[in-house]
Amino acid sequence: MSLAHILDSKKIRFSAVFALFLIFSYLQAPAQATHENAPHQLEDTTFTNQVESDAHVPGTEHPEGEGEHEPFDATTVIMEHIADSHSWHLWGHTSIGLPVILYTDKGVETFSSSQFHHGEQPYQGKYYTYGLVEDKIYVLDANGQIDKVASANIYDFSITKNIAAIFLSIALLLIIFTSVASAYKKRVGKAPKGLQSFIEPIILFVRDEIARPNIGNHYAKFMPLLLTLFFFIWINNLLGLIPIFPGGANVTGNIFMTFVLSFIVLLAVNLNANKYYWKHIFTPDVPWWLYPIMIPVELIGVISRPFALMIRLYANISAGHIIVLSLIALIFIFKSIALAPVSVAFVLFMDVLELLVAFLQAFIFTMLTALFIGTAVDEHHH
Amino acid sequence: MEQLFEGLLNHHIGFVVWSGLAFLILLLLLKKLAWKPILGAIHERELSIETALASAENAKAEMARLTSQNEALLNQARAERDLILKEAKELKDKIVAEAKNSAEVEGAKMIEKARVEIESQKAAALADVKNQVSTLSIEIAEKILRRQFEDQSKQEALVSDLLKEVKLN
Repeated sequence: MSLAHILDSKKIRFSAVFALFLIFSYLQAPAQATHENAPHQLEDTTFTNQVESDAHVPGTEHPEGEGEHEPFDATTVIMEHIADSHSWHLWGHTSIGLPVILYTDKGVETFSSSQFHHGEQPYQGKYYTYGLVEDKIYVLDANGQIDKVASANIYDFSITKNIAAIFLSIALLLIIFTSVASAYKKRVGKAPKGLQSFIEPIILFVRDEIARPNIGNHYAKFMPLLLTLFFFIWINNLLGLIPIFPGGANVTGNIFMTFVLSFIVLLAVNLNANKYYWKHIFTPDVPWWLYPIMIPVELIGVISRPFALMIRLYANISAGHIIVLSLIALIFIFKSIALAPVSVAFVLFMDVLELLVAFLQAFIFTMLTALFIGTAVDEHHH
Repeated sequence: MEQLFEGLLNHHIGFVVWSGLAFLILLLLLKKLAWKPILGAIHERELSIETALASAENAKAEMARLTSQNEALLNQARAERDLILKEAKELKDKIVAEAKNSAEVEGAKMIEKARVEIESQKAAALADVKNQVSTLSIEIAEKILRRQFEDQSKQEALVSDLLKEVKLN
């Protein structure tokens, strides 16, 4: 394979050189800037102080609301963006307040998260005073400090941003697939058309490339689970790539979401497992004196396979988001709007890559689920 | 480590419960509303396509069979026609030859008959002529004799004439 022809075009060659020049000149610029600002050491010293004070003081300012003179903490901003939240940020200082549902030892409390005013104010509930610290709800005592003892008794059942995004994706999936299903009812025995012809190859892909080769004869029973997993993960990966409302929630990059999905896989695998699977775990084909080693290893294997699924999806999607956000953060780190074209170009490249990863991770998750189910329902004893 | 897991249940149990519930409900709803009808329809269509293909294959085989049958019939008919034509030609030739033969034989016979007839008629006619000539000559001779015998001298003259004639011969 030769890529030399790409450089044949003068225009492309010129823009490649120009892009490299831009990158180096921008990398150069902040270096010079720090030299010039060398006497003003204020920024550098306050930077660490600020981070430390952020960690201690509850209800610090939202980093996006920081003025130009204040230092920019990329890690906090990025982690905030990929984390779950009690409000859904729209633009600037505008957010949608989401319902907060708290199960306390004294009863259930419900109120809107906008009562916290982006975590700046505590909320006086029926039973306790609540505060939002790092987007987690704690009980505050009379001095406005976290009351750890009381906080241990409240359980947060709020409809968070990710939960709302899950509901949204479920609504989307239901709309898409019921309309596709009705298309099948209307056009019995005919060739697919419209959305149906887009979805059908994917369904067939899941059936013929994922379920059938890995599970074998019993594949039909697991098709609903595999299809639901595949489309749920895929659509949430895609919605996560949209930076603005109603996208922007990092559902599949949330380890609790991937935990739920992989736990369902764990149940699906082990509840459908046949005697050969259990025999393989408890009486493996090894001398009996190896059993003390083999049985724990096999039992760990039961857990570790879904565990790997959980980590893989979470890490892949989170990593993609972190890279995109880091590239955007470069603009703020270098404090130069001139860096924007470079950032945007790299973000565009990453987004296109993430489109592929969105599909790939949905495929891998479903594929491995099918593989695990396949080993559990395999009729032949090895 | 302890700090990492502190409040884990308090802060995240809700998310796990909600997302788990939501996913299970989605699974059930999609299973009932989407996957069953869609997979069923796809399966049915595949079956119908398969049967359609199989029947097309059958039709093709049947077609081929019919064509070969037609071909065989046609060939047979052609052979039969050729045979009939050949036979007819042979028959014709035979008939013509026979007719020719019989005509020739008949002709020969007739010619022979005619010749015999002619022969016999000629013989009869000749015999008749001979009779008549003899009768006529006898009558002439009688008449002459009658006349000659009336006159002695003439008789003698005649005889002498006759005798002269004989000498001349």
